[in-house]
Amino acid sequence: MARTSLKSIWISSSFILLGLAFLSALHAQEKPYFVTYSHDLEEPGNLEIETKTALGQPPASHRFGATASELEYGVRAWWTSELYLDGQATAQDSTIFTGFRLENRFRPLMREHAINPVLYIEYENISGADKTILEFVGHDSQSDLAVPNGEARRDHQHEAELKLILSSNLKAWNISENFISEKNLGHQPWEFGYALGAARPLRTLGSGKPCVLCLEKFMAGAEAYGGLGNTDSLTLHDTSHYIAPTVGWQLPFGRFSFSTGFGLTSSSLNRVYRIGWASELPQVGNWFHSHNGGAQ
Amino acid sequence: MRRFFAFLCLAISVSLLCAASSSRWDRVPAKDHIRVNPLAAHPDSAAAGALAYREHCAQCHRADAMGDGHKKPALRSEHVKAATDGDLEWFLRQGDLAHGMPSWSSLPEAQRWQLVAYLRSIQ
Repeated sequence: MARTSLKSIWISSSFILLGLAFLSALHAQEKPYFVTYSHDLEEPGNLEIETKTALGQPPASHRFGATASELEYGVRAWWTSELYLDGQATAQDSTIFTGFRLENRFRPLMREHAINPVLYIEYENISGADKTILEFVGHDSQSDLAVPNGEARRDHQHEAELKLILSSNLKAWNISENFISEKNLGHQPWEFGYALGAARPLRTLGSGKPCVLCLEKFMAGAEAYGGLGNTDSLTLHDTSHYIAPTVGWQLPFGRFSFSTGFGLTSSSLNRVYRIGWASELPQVGNWFHSHNGGAQ
Repeated sequence: MRRFFAFLCLAISVSLLCAASSSRWDRVPAKDHIRVNPLAAHPDSAAAGALAYREHCAQCHRADAMGDGHKKPALRSEHVKAATDGDLEWFLRQGDLAHGMPSWSSLPEAQRWQLVAYLRSIQ
């Protein structure tokens, strides 16, 4: 009964978020990254609704699709807070809700510099069946994704994740580097990982006419991400690494992004396909102040 | 002791007076302050800037650029009129994170100059 209700909550919330995303009308000016973070934060008062779906198939196992539904709110211009709801469906297995994450990102420096640091802290309450693969750390492997849901969901994880995000905007390019450390709050070692990304719009000059297919609406780039072992075994042996070309398309009612990740080691999946959709609800904070005669 | 307090009050008053008379643009580095909009003569710059304004700025500063009269200031103002092109581009790039203005360094520089052209056109 509990499983059924959690599953229905995840499916319902995913559809509601998708619906809201299509209803909203603003653009998010962000990079088409799925794993890497840049120093772009949410504009204060705005609520971004985003879904990130990963599709893959471990060798000798079944295809899966896992979606992270995300609510991202700009608390301050230097502070963004996010809630993720994760779930997955595996062919010939089941569809399940796999947990939630709470994430905060802070910009400690109030000015723009050549390299801009962002501090990231996240709490994860997810099961071992989570397949959203929003990052790779430690010795994460494709074999972890092949465990049947019934067995994997018994492994319940409370984890803290810290990231140091370094990001630069050079000319029209964004170049971002993320250093990831993750700790299972049980007695597990610290795990480490990385993500690197570079992206730029296909055209930097605005055309001056409303358009959907013009080049300045598209961004292209690439990500590289993977695990770096853990404190017990700080080595690249048995770690997963991927390189993933990515493309983003700014539409009048949101942002679509797509990426194909190519596994580089035997621990990696051969391919991971990622599809993202994001849209913003502008100045949500004002909705609660309108009765007082305007934004406060 | 009385002299010390008198001196302290005088120092605070002078500091406040200086702060009140100083402009946001005083913080702009000289090399940025003197920059001229390279797209000012481009016929489509203001129109493209208007589109960028609608997408990124209007939600806070309102469609008529008159702000909300509180934390989100009007952009049709003497203050903006007094700024150089370079001041405006610098401010768009830097933002003012402590006071709620995001950095727009994520926009390509050409689009920031188009926004500057639009801001000039509405003064």
